[in-house]
Amino acid sequence: MALKIVKGSIDRMFDKNLQDLVRGIRNHKEDEAKYISTCIDEIKQELKQDNIAVKANAVCKLTYLQMLGYDVSWAAFNIVEVMSSSKFTYKRIGYLAASQCFHESTDVIMLTTNQIRKDLSSPNQYDTGVALTGLSCFVTPDLARDLANDIMTLMSHTKPYIRKKAVLIMYKVFLKYPESLRPAFPRLKEKLEDPDPGVQSAAVNVICELARRNPKNYLSLAPLFFKLMTSSTNNWVLIKIIKLVSCFCVVKYLGLLAMSKILKTHPKSVQSHKDLILQCLDDKDESIRLRALDLLYGMVSKKNLMEIVKKLMLHVDKAEGTTYRDELLTKIIDICSQSNYQYITNFEWYISILVELTRLEGTRHGHLIASQMLDVAIRVKAIRIFAVAQMATLLDNAHLLTGNMQRNGICEVLYAAAWICGEFSEHLENPMQTLEAMLRPKVATLPGHIQAVYVQNAAKLFSTVLKSQEGSTEGTAAQETSQLMIDRLPLFVQSANLEVQERASCILQLVKYIQKLQQKEVEVAEEVSALFAGELNPVAPKAQKKVPVPEGLDLDAWINEPPSESESEDEQPKAIFAKEEPKHSRSRHTEVDEKELARRREARKQEQANNPFYIKASPSSQKVYQESPGVEHIPVVQIDLTVPLKVPGLPMSDQYLKLEEERRQKERADKKKKEKKKRKEKRSGRGRRHDSGPESEEDITPAHMVDIVTEEMPEMCLTLNHKVCDIQGNLQDGSQVVVSVIFENKCDSLLKSMEFNVLDSLNSKLQRPEGSGPHDGFTVPFQLPPGVSNEARLVFTVQSIVMPQKMKGTLTFIVKNEDSSIHEKLDFKLHFTCTSYLITTPCYSDAFAKLLESGDLKCSSVRLEEVNMPFHHLLARICFHHHFSVVERIDSCASMYSRSIQGHHVCLLVKTSGQTVSIDAKCDEPTLLGNVLDEIKQTFSQC
Amino acid sequence: MIKFVLMVNRRGQTRLSRYYTPVELSRRAALEADVVRCCLSRRKEQCSFVEYKDFKLVYRQYAALFIVVGITDKENELSIFELIQNFVEVLDKYFSRVVSSCAIMFSLDRVHFILDEIVQNGLVVETNRSRILTPLNAIDKMSDS
Repeated sequence: MALKIVKGSIDRMFDKNLQDLVRGIRNHKEDEAKYISTCIDEIKQELKQDNIAVKANAVCKLTYLQMLGYDVSWAAFNIVEVMSSSKFTYKRIGYLAASQCFHESTDVIMLTTNQIRKDLSSPNQYDTGVALTGLSCFVTPDLARDLANDIMTLMSHTKPYIRKKAVLIMYKVFLKYPESLRPAFPRLKEKLEDPDPGVQSAAVNVICELARRNPKNYLSLAPLFFKLMTSSTNNWVLIKIIKLVSCFCVVKYLGLLAMSKILKTHPKSVQSHKDLILQCLDDKDESIRLRALDLLYGMVSKKNLMEIVKKLMLHVDKAEGTTYRDELLTKIIDICSQSNYQYITNFEWYISILVELTRLEGTRHGHLIASQMLDVAIRVKAIRIFAVAQMATLLDNAHLLTGNMQRNGICEVLYAAAWICGEFSEHLENPMQTLEAMLRPKVATLPGHIQAVYVQNAAKLFSTVLKSQEGSTEGTAAQETSQLMIDRLPLFVQSANLEVQERASCILQLVKYIQKLQQKEVEVAEEVSALFAGELNPVAPKAQKKVPVPEGLDLDAWINEPPSESESEDEQPKAIFAKEEPKHSRSRHTEVDEKELARRREARKQEQANNPFYIKASPSSQKVYQESPGVEHIPVVQIDLTVPLKVPGLPMSDQYLKLEEERRQKERADKKKKEKKKRKEKRSGRGRRHDSGPESEEDITPAHMVDIVTEEMPEMCLTLNHKVCDIQGNLQDGSQVVVSVIFENKCDSLLKSMEFNVLDSLNSKLQRPEGSGPHDGFTVPFQLPPGVSNEARLVFTVQSIVMPQKMKGTLTFIVKNEDSSIHEKLDFKLHFTCTSYLITTPCYSDAFAKLLESGDLKCSSVRLEEVNMPFHHLLARICFHHHFSVVERIDSCASMYSRSIQGHHVCLLVKTSGQTVSIDAKCDEPTLLGNVLDEIKQTFSQC
Repeated sequence: MIKFVLMVNRRGQTRLSRYYTPVELSRRAALEADVVRCCLSRRKEQCSFVEYKDFKLVYRQYAALFIVVGITDKENELSIFELIQNFVEVLDKYFSRVVSSCAIMFSLDRVHFILDEIVQNGLVVETNRSRILTPLNAIDKMSDS
């Protein structure tokens, strides 16, 4: 026996080991295949020996050969033999070979089950480890079933080395034998919190792989993963977790959330992901869709609004469930109407969108659509013809909207449609048809407040119809119309709704009276239409606030003591009839005869003149304006449209997209032509107004809106004295007028929540931050402790510069004392002098002479008396205060030049003799010149 | 998931291969040759990640030795890129010198052992260098005695 062992070792010395094999192959490059076949023969011999060491060596060489691509499956049984060696060094080689060569169809695997089980429960952790590693490569469904329990036990092994391997192999076991997942999962979950990071990592890996197949089932683990994400330092694990969490859609949500934050500061960077965000609207998760909607709100521009809304409309069609659809609807309206319809370039398109939205069934937001229709139709004059046509169609097809009447919120739009058709009935193509539509018996099933509007507006329509019919030759037609009213109105007189009843009976009586007159062949149309004469002007929502409360008037004080018991509120729906009020008063006025009216007017004027608190509606004399802003100075919302496109038939918003595209293309082409010219006109280095928006927003000029011309302004000073604050303005040039206002706190208390607001004039406007309305104030971004001053910059746009401008403004703030805070208000005026529109521009004498000769300039002159200063001081003064530069000076005569920001040339010839200074001036804008000279005179009269 | 790990020399000869998803032996040679050709044909300044058929290849070159890892679409390429570096560092530490293809061939079983400690089932199981080497050192001690 001993001899046998010795012989075995000696034999071994002559056996090739792995290194010899590798070297040998390398040395037999020419006949590699032949060499290897002899080697394989040798290996076969070695495998026949009893000595396990020889066998292991042979198997080791086989592993190498297998890697080179030789089939070694014939040695499978020998590999199993080596695997079952009790010595770890050999066992290891056996398992390695097995893991490389065995696959599911290797039949000897069946023989290994018990061996592997033995190894798994071996006291030596490396035995177990190597068995697990090997098993992971060649596990079959049978092995998985037989060994699942053993492996599960190993997951709770004392050694982390075993635990982590056991956890990992469980994944393979799950794949081969899915039934094992359910019992093993709790333990696997436990391993996520294993004290050993290696085991943790293994568990994360396995769960990530499982979760990838079906994320929803693993959502409950999200908090656990979040904990790991914040605590783990292993990057490989972190990457896995993040990948997994992204399966949960949470990451998408967080991404959208983060984008909405970024949007506030860097809108451009988010806008470039528009398509991605639109895609999120298709997500099956509603919260993600809603987030995406929020984002869209912030990223529309004039350029992409139509496109985005079009996509949203598609979603509206597809949307299931009214909640989400309603959300879409409100978002569409929000997006379009934001910042005072800032992004809408084509209102016909918008009306079409609104009309399309009315086709939604069962939405709750009918009133929202209705208010938009009203708003646009009232404020955008040019759109009225189109709007009226659309609304008439809506009324005609009312039965489509009101399928099931009462529960259907969409019938609210009929309220708007009826009102628009009535109020702007002069634009109707076929008022008679609309009138009939409004008096259909089915109307009586509509909610009361809508019926009331129907009745009232039917009367308006009636007057329009009468007018057209009386004009024509058929006298009977007018009588028939009256008869129609008389036939239909009683239905409304019977209405349970008081409002409807009252209006209907009033109008019924009126029509009956009219009919009587008609029968006597009296022309009544003129008088009837007088009932509804006059146009409604849009008034900004905050306009009332701008009217200063006269001193001594306490708005909260009772004029009469209130009655002991308040009258029960009528169940009138909302404030819907507020808009109707002016008409009542109007109709009442007409009933009074003309003489009486004139007398009253005279009396009222008298009264007003004597009343210092009355806000006079005097013409725009500057002085009066400052003291008491008249009605015409109440800021009216600036949406004025020109050139409406006439598109017949039902609106299809899509067509506008195309039209818009064409328009823009044309514009672009025009622009190119003009570009060269423009460059000359533009002063160097001046940027234009908007520099935001992805593709230079300013390239898109709206089809309808008249934009404000912007200009820069050089410098200007103003001082306002007040007990609390000292405001100094400084205009600096730029593409717009930048006014820096210095706020100085002269009192002993902290000033905070300062809001700076000016009353925009037609000419000068404060540029407000994006998203705020046209009458919102500018919130001063700081607080002022006592004695501190700080500067805020405000941007104005100015249209005409030939007249000096005064803007009235208010600064509201809170004075915070130790124990109280008081709301305070400070009124001020911003004075933009004409001088401040001038820029010091050097000019050469020859150019100056040419300018004077050109004859384009208008002449004016002024004399200054008693000027006690040397001539050069005088010139310096003009240069300094009025932004002129000296062109040439000869003795007591000097020529000076300056230019306005809009390119007007201003030339002065200053002569002095004794104490008299005469200034001859020329300018291509006489008004501007006059004002500048006045200001120069002012300067010298002060010294 | 990792599909396979290959170590090849510059001439495209396989020095180590490990498959985590079953591939028939007959197809392995062709696959390896193709993968290697794909990686070798790329210039140095080109990216180390290649889209290959329905999966991705991540490779790194160490002198004459290429290490190529095939991964599924879902796997993070950068993490595998770093894993290769980690693997090589472990080999360097164990063999106490720069890894050459010779060393790998001569102690193929040990390299396999190290790889098995790092990757199992196609999943990363351990990345800590000393923990990877602990069992191997223990085995070496066992066989020495």
